[in-house]
Amino acid sequence: MPIVTPGFHGRPRGAKKELPPGQYLVHDFPVLSAGPTPRVRPENWEFRITTESGQVHAWNWTAFQALPAEDITVDLHCVTKWSKLDTPWRGVSLDTLMADVTTTAGYALARSVGGYTTNMPLQDLLGGRAWIAFRYAGHDLTPEHGGPARLLVPHLYLWKSAKWVQRIDLLSRDEPGFWETLGYHNYGDPWLEQRYQGD
Amino acid sequence: MAGTALSGRLNWLVSHLAGIRQETATARTLILDVPGWPGHLPGQHVDVRLTAEDGYSTERSYSIASAPDGTRLELTVQRLADGEVSPYLTEVFDLGYPLEVRGPIGGYFAWRPALAPPVLLIGGGSGVVPLMAMLRTRIATASTAPMRLIYSTRSPDTLLYAEELRRIAIAGQDAGLTAEIVYTRSAPPGWTGRVGRLDAAWLRTLTGARAASSRCYICGPTGFVENVADLLTSQGLADWQIRTERFGPGGGS
Amino acid sequence: MSDTWMDGNSMAGPLREVFSVDVTEAVGRCASCKSTGPLAEGRVFGPAPGLVLRCPACDQPLLRLARTPGRTRLDLRGLEYLEFPWSD
Repeated sequence: MPIVTPGFHGRPRGAKKELPPGQYLVHDFPVLSAGPTPRVRPENWEFRITTESGQVHAWNWTAFQALPAEDITVDLHCVTKWSKLDTPWRGVSLDTLMADVTTTAGYALARSVGGYTTNMPLQDLLGGRAWIAFRYAGHDLTPEHGGPARLLVPHLYLWKSAKWVQRIDLLSRDEPGFWETLGYHNYGDPWLEQRYQGD
Repeated sequence: MAGTALSGRLNWLVSHLAGIRQETATARTLILDVPGWPGHLPGQHVDVRLTAEDGYSTERSYSIASAPDGTRLELTVQRLADGEVSPYLTEVFDLGYPLEVRGPIGGYFAWRPALAPPVLLIGGGSGVVPLMAMLRTRIATASTAPMRLIYSTRSPDTLLYAEELRRIAIAGQDAGLTAEIVYTRSAPPGWTGRVGRLDAAWLRTLTGARAASSRCYICGPTGFVENVADLLTSQGLADWQIRTERFGPGGGS
Repeated sequence: MSDTWMDGNSMAGPLREVFSVDVTEAVGRCASCKSTGPLAEGRVFGPAPGLVLRCPACDQPLLRLARTPGRTRLDLRGLEYLEFPWSD
């Protein structure tokens, strides 16, 4: 049981009504990473969706940029307790990318350059709740924040928004990803404070 | 490895601040009394844990600055302007206050005083802290291993352990102990030496002929450590002779 | 500033919560590229949401550690073995 350190307050953690439980507000944009930052050039970039039956849908950068994109403003909630509100992104909705995909799979596994993975129910990627985002705050998404493109699923903790996303595999069985297999929650709803397995 | 608790899981110990030594305008040495301290090897570090009243907790690592001395432990903390912990430890933390510590940690970047080979210590900024522990341990144990410290710092205002290093520079040579300061931005009045960053030729001059047979410990910000390690390798030192501890880009917390 | 990783020795503290010896001095063999070296020479990413020790030769994870309430989970699949010296 930690003892209280007299006079220590840490960074400001003011309570705001819109924040999920246990979160504090930040105004910078912290960079947390599980590995080295990949440097992917758009000419080498590819994103693919593979179905449970092995069908592959792939886009290179040109094809991806030709898709209809949206400007969205979302709140980000990291499991390490910081939240950043009203962040402006531009991205292609997963609804657009999934439009021609035939699947009965219930689950998705996002994979990133470098090996990171994270899983979610397929339905959490649809219905206007997920994007492949390629611009942030009016600029091309920088490598440290997941550029050239990252998955953005803001209704779940930010570890689900896989940086440097390369592919999404549609699976019939759920496959826990990088942090999920280390004890983090399988679903990760910040409003239910689902940080760890068993929450 | 007498004096180091390398058996049993580490637990948090409650220390209290017993003394303060102001090193520079923005850095101070905390003298902690740690009941139950098992002893340590110079080069090892501790984790400290700070907890706010609402339960928010955070940890940081600090190199031990002192030679083993019973239950007494010294940490030198540099205040970072945008730090979360260092402003507290350098400005608010006061005599008698408790601080949870866990250690000693890290056998890799440690010097065992029984070793005979020459030792080359190269520190950048607050990277000098664990090297100072090695220097102080060498003195305290009357080891005869030749030891040379090369300490790179920006200016006299940022120089840690100024008085102690001055004494070593004057008297240490007879005992096989030398300390060289490298000022990278500005030097004290009357300084006749070079000012600037270490380069291959300068480092070679500073490390001397004994470098080839030395065990080297390099500590400081990542860029500094990598540069110096590369220079030593170019000088002909083998990888196994070089141990490094990087403090990350900012050099501290 | 490219990649902000720390030395393997920075992981020594969390590992000492689990192991009764200093694992960073142990020599490990990377399951991916088969190179060997002391864990202290690996590259540590983290510490949140967890610590990842990566092989300095091939960047693959050697060891992953996450502390969640009440437990620490360690994934060692990236290591083929760990070799510890006898204490002197």
